[in-house]
Amino acid sequence: MIAPALLSVEDLHVRFDTPHGEVAAVRGVSFDVGRERVGLVGESGSGKSMTGRAILRLTPPMARVSAARLSLEGEDLRAASPARMRAIRGRRISMVQQDPKFSLNPVMRVGDQVAESFLVHHRASKRVARERTLDMLAQVRIRDPKRVYDLYPHEVSGGMGQRIMIAMMLIPEPALLIADEPTSALDVTVRTQVLAILDDLVSSRGLGLLFISHDLNLVSTFCDRVLVMYAGRIVEQCAASELRQARHPYTRGLLDSLPKLDAPRPRLPVLVRDPAWRDA
Amino acid sequence: MSTPKLDVRTLSVSFGPAHHATRVVHDVSFSIAPGEAYGLVGESGCGKSTILRAISGLNSAWTGAIALDGKALAPRRTLEQHRRVQMVFQDPFGSLHPRHTIDAILAEPLAIHGLDDRNGRVQRALEQVGLGGAFRFRFPHQLSGGQRQRVAIARAMILEPRLLLLDEPTSALDVSIQAEVLNLLEDLRRDRGLTYLLVSHDLAVVAHMCERVGVMRQGRLLEECTADDLRAGRVREAYTKRFLAASEGYDRAMARQWDTLDEERIA
Repeated sequence: MIAPALLSVEDLHVRFDTPHGEVAAVRGVSFDVGRERVGLVGESGSGKSMTGRAILRLTPPMARVSAARLSLEGEDLRAASPARMRAIRGRRISMVQQDPKFSLNPVMRVGDQVAESFLVHHRASKRVARERTLDMLAQVRIRDPKRVYDLYPHEVSGGMGQRIMIAMMLIPEPALLIADEPTSALDVTVRTQVLAILDDLVSSRGLGLLFISHDLNLVSTFCDRVLVMYAGRIVEQCAASELRQARHPYTRGLLDSLPKLDAPRPRLPVLVRDPAWRDA
Repeated sequence: MSTPKLDVRTLSVSFGPAHHATRVVHDVSFSIAPGEAYGLVGESGCGKSTILRAISGLNSAWTGAIALDGKALAPRRTLEQHRRVQMVFQDPFGSLHPRHTIDAILAEPLAIHGLDDRNGRVQRALEQVGLGGAFRFRFPHQLSGGQRQRVAIARAMILEPRLLLLDEPTSALDVSIQAEVLNLLEDLRRDRGLTYLLVSHDLAVVAHMCERVGVMRQGRLLEECTADDLRAGRVREAYTKRFLAASEGYDRAMARQWDTLDEERIA
């Protein structure tokens, strides 16, 4: 599929100055995201979340971000003013975080939170926002949107909370959705349901999705393409269906070290890290 | 038949005041043979950790019968009973005291149980879990997640228990580290003849570690099967089949089949 890239990232670096010298969290990452599902996988500390945050300029103040190119549908995000970035965040790129327990406001009705996300980016009356919210909640397959609208976050289950988060992120109709471990806090059967909603919305709206995850199995079955990160670099990219035939020893090692239901083994192979991978 | 290491009969646990108590575990019965690893799987809130806490003695508000080596355990335990049943918790970032050195963390159970040769025991416990003496005077924040979980395992092992209760011991770890910790647990079981009760939401981990598996849902033990049955999909309950399918990864057709709304409820 040759689609014009929605998001184009070239030579992205995120560095931190620490008392022990400079620490580079992301070191020269380049990739494009079109209207497709791209998986960004890696272990904790590999820089995958920092990459997602750098795109939205949500890195901590002491982080130094640089890139040769960082553009969304042709617009240079590096040159965007803070006000312009605020308009872009949510409206054109939005982000779903890991745990709905921490990303929803605990003292505000969930429906009002979704409506707020609409009102920030659209000039509309509260009545219209409410209607749009109820419609959006129905789209994320919440059966009784009117009842759910008036609930507080502590009154909804984890799976429903994550669907509300997705509704909140999609109501301004962004072009690109960055989902940072959106299903890690959920049970596997609920996870499938949340993914199915994302899947349908991506295909029906032509949304680009950057799916950040540590779960290789999940990414290989859910995404179209996979980028594997190690120590701040992308060490391998391939079609998700070909992840099983991955070539990089790190990817191979990660796949190997997973216990498998279909292939019992007395011992799990342990990943031996090669210092050369850092620069390969 | 030999005496089971652990025998749990009609265990029920309720929380809250008596007149409107919420029952979270309903009449659960299972037993584990000496040297066996038994897995309890289920989704969050199904009561699997609550069962572990009742067996460990952390929660004394239960009814039913729990027997260790054929001897009944009362809700209140003796020191010796506590020593024989130890627990490893899920989160190695939360389960170690942040202001205690590894040495202090490992010596505390020895002091509580009045065991001698503390120096030698701490040293041996660290070696057993593959950490050298260099780690002994460090603080938890100086260790990686995998190293911390090794310390947590060493702390449980230092009292030489017979039964180890493992509450999601690897779910907070990366897969490469998970493999190391699972291998370590397997080695310890083989070398020391331990019995494991492992709680997890990850079917692959449970099938890898355990001979037999109990599937829980909403406080009840839905079905028991062997790890081989689980691998082959020879399971009785529709719920277990769905759980198995969902564990394999994402499948759009599968997601469609399910009634996507059945989990929707007020938590």
